[in-house]
Amino acid sequence: MSEAITESGPRPGTAFDLVPKATAPQTAKEFKSDQEVRWCPGCGDYAILAAMQGFLPELGLKRENICFVSGIGCSSRFPYYLDTYGMHSIHGRAPAIATGLAVSRPDLSVWVVTGDGDALSIGGNHLIHALRRNVNLKILLFNNRIYGLTKGQYSPTSEVGKLTKSTPMGSVDWPFNPLSLALGAEASFVARTIDSDRKHLTSVLRAAAEHEGSAFVEIYQNCNIFNDGAFEVLKDPESRDEALIRLVHGEPITMGKEAEWSVVRTGWGLGVVESSTVDPADVVVHDETVADPSYAFSLSRLPGLDLRHTPIGVLRSVKRPTYDSIVRDQLTEASTGTESGAELEKLLHSGDTWTIL
Amino acid sequence: MNESAGSSAKQPGDKQIRQLDHVVIRFAGDSGDGMQLTGDRFTSETAQLGNDLSTLPNFPAEIRAPAGTLPGVSSFQLHFADHDILTPGDEPDVLVAMNPAALKANVADLPAGATVIVNIDEFGKRPMAKVGYAVSPFEDGSLADFTVHQVPLTSMTVTALEELDVAKRDAVRAKNMFALGLISWLYSRPVESTIAFIERKFASRPEIARANVAAIKAGWAYGETTEGFAVRYEVKPAKLPAGNYRNITGNTALAYGLVAAGVQARLPVFLGAYPITPASDILHELSKHKRFGVTTFQAEDEIAAVGAAVGASYGGALGITSTSGPGVALKSETISLAVALELPLVVVDVQRAGPSTGLPTKTEQADLNIALFGRHGEAPVAVVAASSPSDCFHAAIEASRIALKYRTPVILLSDGYLANGSEPWRLPEISELPDLQVSYADGPNHTLPNGEEVFWPYKRDPETLARPWAIPGTAGLEHRIGGLEKKDGTGDISYDPANHDLMVRTRAARIEAIDVPDLEVEDPDGDARVLALGWGSTYGPIGAACRKLRANGHSIAQAHLRHLAPMPANLGAVLASYDKVVIPEMNLGQLSQVLRARFLVDVVGYQQVRGLPFTSTELESVFEEVVKNV
Ligand code: SF4
Repeated sequence: MSEAITESGPRPGTAFDLVPKATAPQTAKEFKSDQEVRWCPGCGDYAILAAMQGFLPELGLKRENICFVSGIGCSSRFPYYLDTYGMHSIHGRAPAIATGLAVSRPDLSVWVVTGDGDALSIGGNHLIHALRRNVNLKILLFNNRIYGLTKGQYSPTSEVGKLTKSTPMGSVDWPFNPLSLALGAEASFVARTIDSDRKHLTSVLRAAAEHEGSAFVEIYQNCNIFNDGAFEVLKDPESRDEALIRLVHGEPITMGKEAEWSVVRTGWGLGVVESSTVDPADVVVHDETVADPSYAFSLSRLPGLDLRHTPIGVLRSVKRPTYDSIVRDQLTEASTGTESGAELEKLLHSGDTWTIL
Repeated sequence: MNESAGSSAKQPGDKQIRQLDHVVIRFAGDSGDGMQLTGDRFTSETAQLGNDLSTLPNFPAEIRAPAGTLPGVSSFQLHFADHDILTPGDEPDVLVAMNPAALKANVADLPAGATVIVNIDEFGKRPMAKVGYAVSPFEDGSLADFTVHQVPLTSMTVTALEELDVAKRDAVRAKNMFALGLISWLYSRPVESTIAFIERKFASRPEIARANVAAIKAGWAYGETTEGFAVRYEVKPAKLPAGNYRNITGNTALAYGLVAAGVQARLPVFLGAYPITPASDILHELSKHKRFGVTTFQAEDEIAAVGAAVGASYGGALGITSTSGPGVALKSETISLAVALELPLVVVDVQRAGPSTGLPTKTEQADLNIALFGRHGEAPVAVVAASSPSDCFHAAIEASRIALKYRTPVILLSDGYLANGSEPWRLPEISELPDLQVSYADGPNHTLPNGEEVFWPYKRDPETLARPWAIPGTAGLEHRIGGLEKKDGTGDISYDPANHDLMVRTRAARIEAIDVPDLEVEDPDGDARVLALGWGSTYGPIGAACRKLRANGHSIAQAHLRHLAPMPANLGAVLASYDKVVIPEMNLGQLSQVLRARFLVDVVGYQQVRGLPFTSTELESVFEEVVKNV
């Protein structure tokens, strides 16, 4: 993946084989729309937008063939700020709308931008079905563990006991683990990254963009107004090395400045142990292509409530035929090549007919 | 059924043939008895003879309701005639009852003098007791007004199939085909097409095909030889306009209309749908026509179904979603989004009896209010209603035309009766169909004061008020749309109060600007003072009632609204030109209320919500009352 960051231009055999490529080099500026960005100063969304604007020219697709579809929430303003095609739709429904678009337009690179409330609460049904179908969509879930736009209610990813305007005595809901949910929904590509790490963010965006089928990316995003510091433990230079697991395909999974901690098989899944206590051969070597989703699921379960041992990077990336390509194949297979008017004539006259003179 | 005098004739087998001008037959049995298939086949035989016809299937919501019970009765009514007819008939002249439940559930609908053919094998003590016949109906005098034929359908079918190598169970199941053979003989319908149909249907199970064919032939032979049926009937072909015909149900016609709209617009069709009675057949039918570039998406729910259709429309396809009332309620927010986005969208509502799950297999037209008003904010859409099964084809094309030309959601109203009912359809020439082609935006449409050429996604066509349809993939037109209020012209987000006021009024004006034809009034006498006005599937019964009234020397005018939003420009003048306007509806007066509010006319409403269409007799007496009192 580290190569992906430096490499420029679309690679063959990826999600956008059918998407027209840019003929001249593009710049980040071309992808900035003329709209004034209206997030709160300091919001993590700015960093994600900047990373995206920087990444899209690198992707090398025609700007007009890129489309962002969003739902409702702070993150869902994203499409307004990119000079591509875009639709700011309604709460939770972006995956459904994007499905109709992606299925009928293989020449587009379709992205969904959503948040923890949008994707996991009101739109949960559409998210899981888009993932199981493996529609060629890139779904970016900005998880800030709070409702921002409605001014601070707890969200489906908020920790139990969260004190908010709607939960003065603490929330009582158990939260979702978005990656576990996506894996349970048969997602073929599941990744996580952080707003503050542009390099990592960009590498994950590229991997997602290239994945054929639904790519699910959870982006930890700081809401400095209503849930400031939610991911501080993963960002603070003091704590982050102890807390973050940076997954790299083909490399042993370790953490800590000196790789003091290692991931090994334990019980039914995976666990983190002190490296000194294990045979290096027992340290799990990350393989994002493992067919059995229980491996990626075990990775998704590593962090505790304190976010220690949070894996970032691509947990799972497997090949599975995409919904839209199969739908298109059926259309091609059914096509008779007859002129459509003549074919319609045949259809109307099918079955038992009679003539009155 | 009127017999024409002196038209009896002898024929081989010593059976008389009598001419009738029309007949109403109802087949009734358990939901597992194959009554819908029997009715369909009889309909097909009748259609090929050139009779005009109209059908009314009526079945329970349960797939296999408990056998032998009243709620489990499924029936199929067919009205056929030697002249053009408008309804499936008020009262059956003939009832075929496969069991006691079928007799009990239907006998009350029979007029004196009707013929009843029962499968006597099923009239044991227990099955009779199950539906409350303490005494056999053949003994208690309750059938005294009818001519009753007690035919051992089951046992004769089993006997007829003895020679064949079929299981007893399969033989028993073929009794509906025996009944079909008998009734086909009785009304002189050829069975060859049914035999061919069965051989096709059971091609992979030849023994079942043989059994069913043998049962049909045995039923026919029984009619020819038994003393029980001394007379055979004929109904001559109807004098319908020249052309090629086929029989068609509303759901099939509607699906064909959507395919045709795609062809005529030269656009791919995208249907998003979630299974729901009675609309699912539209999904099934369209799924078969991928060769036209029709994509069908069975969504995870009603909301996703309409959402995907909006997404496809945004991408340049003709986006459609099909559903029934509960689904329309769920789609409401997304339809409002499409109102704001100003994209083409056809929402098909095959109405059923509500609220909630209601009577899912029964008809009603109580979704007019939700179609006209069921959205948040000021969110006007166009509303089109089909008036007969075959009209569903043309209504679907009209709904698509409006959606594409004006870039608006259009709600297309059908209902359970139209969906499953059928009638002969004179097939249109493809060249008669309207051209629905529209073009996508392909370049800048506005010049800034500094001379710069730009694209404004909400700059409207001055005539249609439609905004340009600029689809992703078009270079130079990159823009963002969304549910937030947009600035007139540029489409940028705008919270400006005056702009919002302008946009709300413009969206309303855009719907009002849709080109709908004037309302046509039929008043053959030219002096009617009463207008019978309807919309949707009441067209048939209203028309039949008006004909009866005129035949009795009264004048009455009839008009039918295809466009409910916007309404025809001459509607107010038409309403004002009659002393009384009477509006029958299968709801509690939704159209009446709209017309009263809009035109300040004191319309006379007449309503029923029994889950069945109006009968023409019922409307005749309602109209007569009004006509006599003006
Ligand atoms: S409320 Fe939070 S998430 Fe929303 S824009 Fe402000 S900082 Fe960002």
